[in-house]
Amino acid sequence: MAELTRKGLGGFLARQGILVAFAVFMIAFAVANPRFIDIDNVFGVIRSSAILGVMALGVTFVVIGGNLDLSVGSMMSFSTIVVLDLHDKIGPTLAIPSMFLMTMALGAFIGILVGYLKLNSLIVTLGMLSAIHGLTLTYSGGKNMDIADKEGTWFAVFGQGGIAGVPMPILMFAALAIILSIILSRTPFGRKVYAVGGNGVAATFSGIPRARVVFMTYLMSSFCVATAGLIQASRSMGSQNTVGQGMELEVLAAVILGGASLLGGAGTIFKTVIGVLILGFIQNGLLLLGLAFYAQYVVTWIIIILAVWLDIAAKRGGLWSRIA
Amino acid sequence: MNNTTRANLIKQGAIWAFIVVELAFFSIAGEFLSVTDSAFMDFDNMLLLLKQSAPIGIIALGMTIIMINGNIDLSVGATFALAAIVLLDSMTWPFMQALGNWAIPLAWLFALATGVILGAINGLIVWKTGVDAFIVTLGSMLGYRGLVFMYNGEQPTSHLNWTLVDFAEAQFLGLHTATWFLLGAGLLLWLLMTRTVHGRNAYAIGNNRDAAVNAGIRVGPHFLWNFMLIGFLAALSAVVFYSESGSVNPNDGMLYELWAITAVVLGGTKLSGGYGSIISTLGGVIAIQLLRKGLGHIGADTETVNLVIGLILIAVLFLDRQLNRKGKEELRT
Repeated sequence: MAELTRKGLGGFLARQGILVAFAVFMIAFAVANPRFIDIDNVFGVIRSSAILGVMALGVTFVVIGGNLDLSVGSMMSFSTIVVLDLHDKIGPTLAIPSMFLMTMALGAFIGILVGYLKLNSLIVTLGMLSAIHGLTLTYSGGKNMDIADKEGTWFAVFGQGGIAGVPMPILMFAALAIILSIILSRTPFGRKVYAVGGNGVAATFSGIPRARVVFMTYLMSSFCVATAGLIQASRSMGSQNTVGQGMELEVLAAVILGGASLLGGAGTIFKTVIGVLILGFIQNGLLLLGLAFYAQYVVTWIIIILAVWLDIAAKRGGLWSRIA
Repeated sequence: MNNTTRANLIKQGAIWAFIVVELAFFSIAGEFLSVTDSAFMDFDNMLLLLKQSAPIGIIALGMTIIMINGNIDLSVGATFALAAIVLLDSMTWPFMQALGNWAIPLAWLFALATGVILGAINGLIVWKTGVDAFIVTLGSMLGYRGLVFMYNGEQPTSHLNWTLVDFAEAQFLGLHTATWFLLGAGLLLWLLMTRTVHGRNAYAIGNNRDAAVNAGIRVGPHFLWNFMLIGFLAALSAVVFYSESGSVNPNDGMLYELWAITAVVLGGTKLSGGYGSIISTLGGVIAIQLLRKGLGHIGADTETVNLVIGLILIAVLFLDRQLNRKGKEELRT
């Protein structure tokens, strides 16, 4: 929190650099191509970012708590496949809560390993990335899942519906972001997450149940993943086993871009949302400028490094590291 | 003291004991469950296993050094793919074709140089900006993959050179070319880590970076060299593999970083740095490949491999922690 006391333009840029960068990007793209800020385009971008965004909200909790979650990609594949399969077997009303239970059971398992057994979160979630992928393939037998009767079900509402012209994925993303933001910034639990991530030892000595807090962050992460899987399944009404593959690192990139420290203890839901939107709008803006689709990866790379670098540079008061 | 040496012996022997258990299990289970008549511990089967271990194995060797340093490299899969594209594409350039078979060593050189340059970019950023290697290489994993796709879109890049294929398929003293590269790289890196100042410094930096700085070790250039080394090894892995297959998809090499890290961790190297060994990583690589082959041998679905490896990784982490339990570390971790 020391940087909050910094004054002047440098301090402001260091604190809100990601917002400034976001504004500069939006204006530059809008000037280059007015279609960029067309309402349909804006909605389109946010809607396609919503799945990544919902997952990033949960991972923000995990990262602020001082851990990593690399398993969200394959966990999302799992929940998508499960809900699609159960939809035809027991109907959507039962399928959705069952899928949430199964996904959150996986989250609870990770929470026990990292929280109560104090195992390294990077390796545990790396192992779970592989294990859940295997679980999904075993569940589906490697086949694609499809809903048989796509017209005769209300299941499509989560991915394709909308209220007053606003697409449903955006509404779910926004609602979840607001709720989680309140939990993180306005409740004792939220403060405990910051405390555990900022200094685990101090938190333990202050009587904060570190293990339970970490467990809860993974449970919330898996809840968000289940929501993302629901949106994904409802949007496409059918899915491959690998639908979420590789998303764990994109999610992490969005969270880091939002300024959450991998060491824990720093970050907010609002900034994670900005990080998600930046990734989405850059991809869209570069496409509208006529650049190749894959140029966005290179740009994302440069932006991530610059964002984290400037953040660190502002804290240490020098551009270059002091590594000899 | 006696206790620590015994604990060390158990730790370093564990991966080999695990391999023996795997061999025994799959041989016996294979008697009852196997769909084929051939024995699991067939000599040719084992040779093939070594060859198939090579692509991930060569990368995992480099990852060991990076992790002993206390860093991590998530971009090796993308480096692997880009080096492969440079290898195959460069052989179709007009001046290269004019060279005939002399184009082969040149193409290898281009590919390896690509790997070294990509590694150097990572290393320089880690050194100069002070950003954590995890974030730096997470970013460059995306960036390098973007370069791969920009090179040739979503089309595969193909070029088959029969001289090269003959070389890659050759067997010398029974072992395949790829196996020789894996063992050769393993030997050289083992010497590097156990017999040179560079290796000793790697352990020192991983153990306690501040102490290493105070002892006069230049940490930054040391990081740079190691990232160049893993870039080189990722490219070498690509060179060995694609000399034979002759065609690279832009998605090739995805998740290789995770497989390599899994092998390294199975081999007992610490994520926090300062501890690990090249030989044990070779054990980890072989253990994973045995598991893949073994599960296939006893007729298990290939899908279960991911499940089993993931759970084994977590189990290893758990056992390792139980073995290393120390009162003072309880609170810190």
